[in-house]
Amino acid sequence: MKTLNELKMIREKAQEAMKLRGANTRIKIVVGMGTSGIAMGAREVMKAFLEEISGRNLTDVLVTQTGEKGLSSMEPVVDIIEEDKPKITYGNMNPEKVKKVVLEHIVNGSIVAEFVVATGD
Amino acid sequence: MSLKRIDLLLCCGSGCISAGALKIKERFLQVLKDKGLAGEINIIETGCMGPCDYGPVMVIYPEGVFYQKVTPVDVDEIVEEHFIKGRPVFRLMIQDADQQIIQTAKKIPFYQKQVKVALENCGYIDPESIDEYIALGGYEALGTVLTSMTPQQTIDVVKRSGLRGRGGGGFPTHIKWQMVHDAQAKQKYIICNGDEGDPGAFMDRSLLEGDPHRILEGMMISAYAIGATVGFFYIRAEYPLAIKRIKYAIEQAKEMGLMGENIFGSDFCFETEVRTGAGAFVCGEETALIASIEGNRGNPSPKPPYPSKDFGECQPWSTTSRPWATSRPSLSKAPNGFLRWERKPARVPRSLL
Repeated sequence: MKTLNELKMIREKAQEAMKLRGANTRIKIVVGMGTSGIAMGAREVMKAFLEEISGRNLTDVLVTQTGEKGLSSMEPVVDIIEEDKPKITYGNMNPEKVKKVVLEHIVNGSIVAEFVVATGD
Repeated sequence: MSLKRIDLLLCCGSGCISAGALKIKERFLQVLKDKGLAGEINIIETGCMGPCDYGPVMVIYPEGVFYQKVTPVDVDEIVEEHFIKGRPVFRLMIQDADQQIIQTAKKIPFYQKQVKVALENCGYIDPESIDEYIALGGYEALGTVLTSMTPQQTIDVVKRSGLRGRGGGGFPTHIKWQMVHDAQAKQKYIICNGDEGDPGAFMDRSLLEGDPHRILEGMMISAYAIGATVGFFYIRAEYPLAIKRIKYAIEQAKEMGLMGENIFGSDFCFETEVRTGAGAFVCGEETALIASIEGNRGNPSPKPPYPSKDFGECQPWSTTSRPWATSRPSLSKAPNGFLRWERKPARVPRSLL
C-alpha cells in the first residue's frame, strides 16, 4: 500500500460487495414469491434478474423477494421500486421478459408498458 | 461471481458460539446447498452483536430482520419461508414488553438507546475480512496521518479530541503519548493490553473479536505518534478467538502492505507480535505485563521508574488498548468528536465503546 488512492480503490470495490447492508440503491426489484408465484416460475424470474444485473455490472440495483401479492392470476409478479417514483408492477413474467425489463426499464429508464399490470401503491 | 440477494449476518462472538452459532452455520450451508440457493446468499460471521442472552442471534439484510435463539431445526424454516417465499419467521423474532413482535434490529429498544463508537462495526462486518473494514473507512486515518501529519501534530489532534483511557483512571491519552514521544531511546515499543481480567467485563474481547483491524490501525497511529516500531498484543489465553482473529488480521494487513516497511510510502515501519497471557490476573497491570512479555515472572514493580519514560534497559513502553480504537474515528471524522458524546452527563469528554 503506497498511496491513499490505492486504499480508496479497494474501498470502493469492497463497498460494492457490501451494498445489501444498506448502501445506496437506486432501484429495488421485488419478486413475489408466494406459493402461486413459485408455482408459476418466480424462482426462474428471480434468477434471471440476478444474472442480468450481475452480467451488466449494475451496482445500484437490489433484488429481493416478498410473499404472496394477491395477484395470483398474473404470477410471477415483480415490483420495480424507485425513489420518488410510483411503483411499477409487472405481471406474467418470464426470463425472456426479464431481459427486456432490465434493458429498457432498469438501464434506460423507460417503462415496458406491455408488461405492466399495476402502477402506484 | 453471481449477484447475492441476501446478506445473513450470523453473530459469532464467543457468547453466540457457545450457544451454538457454528452448528447453525453448518446447517445453513447444508440446507442452502440442498435447495440450490448457495450462490444467492452470503453467510457472514460477525463479531459480537451485543444481546448475548438472546443468542444465537442473526440479522438478515436487506430487510434487517433480527432472529434470536435460533436452533439448527429453525434453519430449515428460515430458508423455506424467508429466503424462498419472502415471509419472515415471526416466531423467532424478539417481543417487546407488550408482546408485540419487533421485526428489525433497528427497532429493538436495546439498540435504540445505544451509540456505538469503537464498536460501530462490531456485529456489522466480517472481522476476518480486511475489505469490509476498509469499505467502512478503515485505514484511512492511518493513511492520512502517515502522509500528511507529523507525530507531534497527531498528538495535538488527540489532545484536542479529549480522548482518555477507558479504565477507571481516565488518563488523558495525549499525555501518555507525549511522554513516550519525548523520551529518548533506541527502540520504543507499544503494547495492546488485552489481558482483560475484570470479572464479567468483555468489552476488550468484543472489540478484539469483532473488529480486530480497528485495534491494529489505532495501534499503528499511536506507534507513529510516539515513535515505536514494534508492537505486542498481550491477550489472555482465555480469549482464543480474539487471538486467532488478531493474528489473522495482522497477516491480512501485511499482505496488503499496510504493515511492514514504508507504509503508505512514508518512512514509518512497523511490525507486531502476539503474546498469550498465562492467566495471571495481575498481568493486566502494565509493569507486570511488560515483565511477562520479557519472559520474566509477572511481578508488578513500584513506580518510578515509569514504563513510559525509563523502564528496563532505557526502553520506553506504552501500554494502552481501548483508546486507540476510538482514536480512529477521532482522527478521521471529527477531531472534536468526543466532546459531542459525553459532555453533558460527565462534563469530561471520554472515549466510548
